[in-house]
Amino acid sequence: MPEKTVLEVQGVSKRFGGLVAVDGLSFAVRENEVMGLIGPNGSGKTTVINLVSGALRPSEGEIYLDEDMISERPARAIARAGVARTFQLVRVLPSLTVLENVLAGAVFGHKRLWGRAARKFALRQLERVGMAHAAHAPTASLTYIDEKRIELARALASDPRILLLDEWLAGLNPTELQVGIALIRSLREEGRTIVLVEHVMDAIRSLCDRCVVMNGGAKIAEGTPQETLADREVIRAYLGEQNA
Amino acid sequence: MTRREAGYFVLVAAAFAVLACLPFAGQSYLLTLGVGIAMYTVLATSWALFSGPTHYISLATAAFYGIGAYVVAGGIGTLPYPALLALAGVAGAVAAALVGLATLRLSGVYFVIFTLGLAELIRQIVTWVQNNFTGSRGMYVLTDITEQGIYWQLLALAAAVYLIGWQVARSRLGFALRIIGNDEVVAAHVGIHSAAAKLALFVVCGVFAAMVGAIMAPRFTYIEPSIVFTPELSFQVVIMALLGGAHRLWGPLVGVIPFTILWELIAARFPGQTILLLGIAFLLIVYLIPNGVVGRIESALRATGRKTSHA
Repeated sequence: MPEKTVLEVQGVSKRFGGLVAVDGLSFAVRENEVMGLIGPNGSGKTTVINLVSGALRPSEGEIYLDEDMISERPARAIARAGVARTFQLVRVLPSLTVLENVLAGAVFGHKRLWGRAARKFALRQLERVGMAHAAHAPTASLTYIDEKRIELARALASDPRILLLDEWLAGLNPTELQVGIALIRSLREEGRTIVLVEHVMDAIRSLCDRCVVMNGGAKIAEGTPQETLADREVIRAYLGEQNA
Repeated sequence: MTRREAGYFVLVAAAFAVLACLPFAGQSYLLTLGVGIAMYTVLATSWALFSGPTHYISLATAAFYGIGAYVVAGGIGTLPYPALLALAGVAGAVAAALVGLATLRLSGVYFVIFTLGLAELIRQIVTWVQNNFTGSRGMYVLTDITEQGIYWQLLALAAAVYLIGWQVARSRLGFALRIIGNDEVVAAHVGIHSAAAKLALFVVCGVFAAMVGAIMAPRFTYIEPSIVFTPELSFQVVIMALLGGAHRLWGPLVGVIPFTILWELIAARFPGQTILLLGIAFLLIVYLIPNGVVGRIESALRATGRKTSHA
């Protein structure tokens, strides 16, 4: 039996003036799946994440969460419907403490908790990403990696159905990478659906059920990591004509 | 309410009770100063409720203040005073909502300029209407409200500002505003309706400024647009709030008290140079103490705390 589709992108294009960042893209994400969105730099991956999360509106096409069309809705409504994200360039809230950063997700997101329940839930997410010890620290003292962890905890604190990770593993050292991969896997095991934009091939191979490969804003391949990474078109996109 | 909060609450209530006795000291100079301090406390604190967390610098205080004053001036012959006070609050709310809907999507410097222009625009409209339709430039506000009556009203309004500010800080709305002030993109992506949150606080700001204008109108006896829509008022409020510290509820008060006293002296000695001195004060505050006196004290406390914990 095919698994239920939770997120569907249908013929979506995004133009910025004359530049076509995303060009007639379609794909579907099934429930409890890790879907990798890969492709060379500038192929439009982050734009897709921005379109799904509502930061941008498609010029054409629709995006569905279950049966609801979310592509016309503002980011806040999409967040409340259960889509949470991290940012490629990390965005922590500098004047808030670590715990308050995570609370933001718990209080206003999908879950909408308040008071003691929100604090407890936020602390649990901090524990998951290994940052519980710094709960009351100011965010100014954090390293880049810790900022990334806080951002993931904030996304998790909204108890999202769909998690959009925009190069969350980028910039991690080999040890941290293994921890990061294990963390994402554990999120999938608890039933979340994850879309990740990633360049780290090890992570893609070990985490993704399926991949969509983009080049120049369009989809050039789709399938399991093994299939897609062996695809001639994909190799050409990444490495150029003579290596294909 | 926690024990600690209850303690603060009792302390603040006691302070208000003591301050309410000021008119019985029998010194009219003290009372005049009290009116000034109470007025600026309400204006600067309610301004900071909105601008403190969001960092949107509003120069619309005089617009709302003038609207409130004109509501009283226009209706004093027909309606009872308390009704006019309420009406001024409603007018302030409506004006703030309209301005907010039009401008809160603007960011940074555009918002500042628009709010400054707004006070000027309303002032010009009122002037034009009076010149063309009423035949006189100003209006008389003749009531039997005394100076101490004005003082008590302002004090009650100050209590209301603190109560509302305290409740907002404990609420989802207050938390939402702090997130918005940090990063609006994140705010939207965690599910916050930024425009609604900002609008709510801007309206609170408008209501209080309009009610202060309404309370102060009888004190002027004669009002005209250049008095109640003066941009100097908007700037003074911003300066006082920033001097004290706009990120804490009681921060503006720390700026209001010395500044009001100082201003009385300056206005008496150098009546021609007030705008110049206001500008210099503004520059000094922004450059030297961007987080206000309260911010300075807090970072000093943090520094000594760190030193002792290391020792």
